[in-house]
Amino acid sequence: MSTSIQVSLGQVAAALALVALAVAVSFWRRADLERDIVVATVRSFVQLTAIGYAIELIFEADTIWLVLALLSVMIGFGTLTARSRAKKVPGAFWPLLIGLTVAAATTLGLLVGLGIFEPTPRYLVPVGGMVIGNAMTASAVALNRLGDELGESRAAIEATLALGATAREAAAPFVRRALRSGTITLVDSTKTTGLIFFPGTMVGMLLAGADPIDAVRLQLILLYALLGSVATSALVATGLAYRNFFTPAEQLRELGN
Amino acid sequence: MLFELRDVSLSRGGRRVLDAVSAEIEQGATAIVGPSGSGKSTLLRLLDRLADPDEGAISYRGRPLRELDPLALRREVALVPQLPSLLPGTVESNLVFAAGLAGEQLEAGRCLRLAGLDEGFAGRDVDELSVGERQRAMLARALTQKPCVLLLDEPTSALDREARDAVEAALLRLREELAISLVVVSHDPEQARRLASRAVRLDRGRVTACGALERALA
Repeated sequence: MSTSIQVSLGQVAAALALVALAVAVSFWRRADLERDIVVATVRSFVQLTAIGYAIELIFEADTIWLVLALLSVMIGFGTLTARSRAKKVPGAFWPLLIGLTVAAATTLGLLVGLGIFEPTPRYLVPVGGMVIGNAMTASAVALNRLGDELGESRAAIEATLALGATAREAAAPFVRRALRSGTITLVDSTKTTGLIFFPGTMVGMLLAGADPIDAVRLQLILLYALLGSVATSALVATGLAYRNFFTPAEQLRELGN
Repeated sequence: MLFELRDVSLSRGGRRVLDAVSAEIEQGATAIVGPSGSGKSTLLRLLDRLADPDEGAISYRGRPLRELDPLALRREVALVPQLPSLLPGTVESNLVFAAGLAGEQLEAGRCLRLAGLDEGFAGRDVDELSVGERQRAMLARALTQKPCVLLLDEPTSALDREARDAVEAALLRLREELAISLVVVSHDPEQARRLASRAVRLDRGRVTACGALERALA
């Protein structure tokens, strides 16, 4: 990497002035967020500093195994976080874990396989983090929606099962809507990117002194990769999770009793 | 013998919905009567294997229900739920879906007529239908699968008198013309008298009478 800038702790400390502004606004308008803002500031400092040193170690060690270990930990935390948001889906752990793993593996595999990125920690760690983070959000939203849809449509689903439809056929319209809701946010933000907001990677590269066209191209690669990973994770998670609402005899399971 | 239930019990949310139910349902038309909350709809769902009992056994034509393929059973024994619940789209798209599941050639006009609707309903969007029309569209949808038995859950509960008479006439016609057996859940003894020749009476999950209609209703 030729682009590199030095950022001192002093500069970071100076940026705290803006945190002070946020605290002041909260205090003045009685939003009661001062404490949360302070906690968020401290946590972000500690977490990002820790991950920064961890990534530095991984870059220096330059071994694929450490990268895989880090990505596995990210998938694990992503799965647990997503599961806590998809409470209405029974047994959501495995569908989420498999969804995130498949999304990370196919996305990173294709990026490397197509020769877009080299299989080195410098690419795999940051891109993997973005891919897993977005896949987590998408599959959590999708499963949350799936739980709502299947919970509210029991009569309709059972009416379809009564015709001799399989669980898959009876759940299909709801699985489709859940998949859509998991993916639509990123699709919409991709449509408006560059017009209403500048995505983070591009901003970072411009700040680091990169050529704007290079910054844009890298950003496009990442946006396309995220679209793929978000769709994959939502597809796999909903495609596996809907089955947990049904018994092997194609009956709608009684939940919450 | 169509259905035989032996000591069938089922609890939901700590409440015993069916309590050691034993009954025989023969070919022809049987009414399941009783006050609301007596377990009538639950019993009907068990007959279609949309749920399984906690205890006891149910057989269909002498074979245990659990040994039958549930999908094939549900095409042969069609349940029409109390609240009409059609798939979004036209009446015809619903009929096409159901006939396709059963691998039957669709005779839309005939099924609609049998259910008491004219053929013009095929192209109507289900959202435009009244509750009574939906209920009959549900019946027409079930008929596309050429079932041997119809399980009907309060088939006229949401209807005015005129629509109710139309549905009842359609059901009687099915019995006579196609020899389809009917199991009709109803809270109304008069409706049971009009449609059925036998009855199972339930009260708080227990069978209080079973057999010839007048004896069971007495």
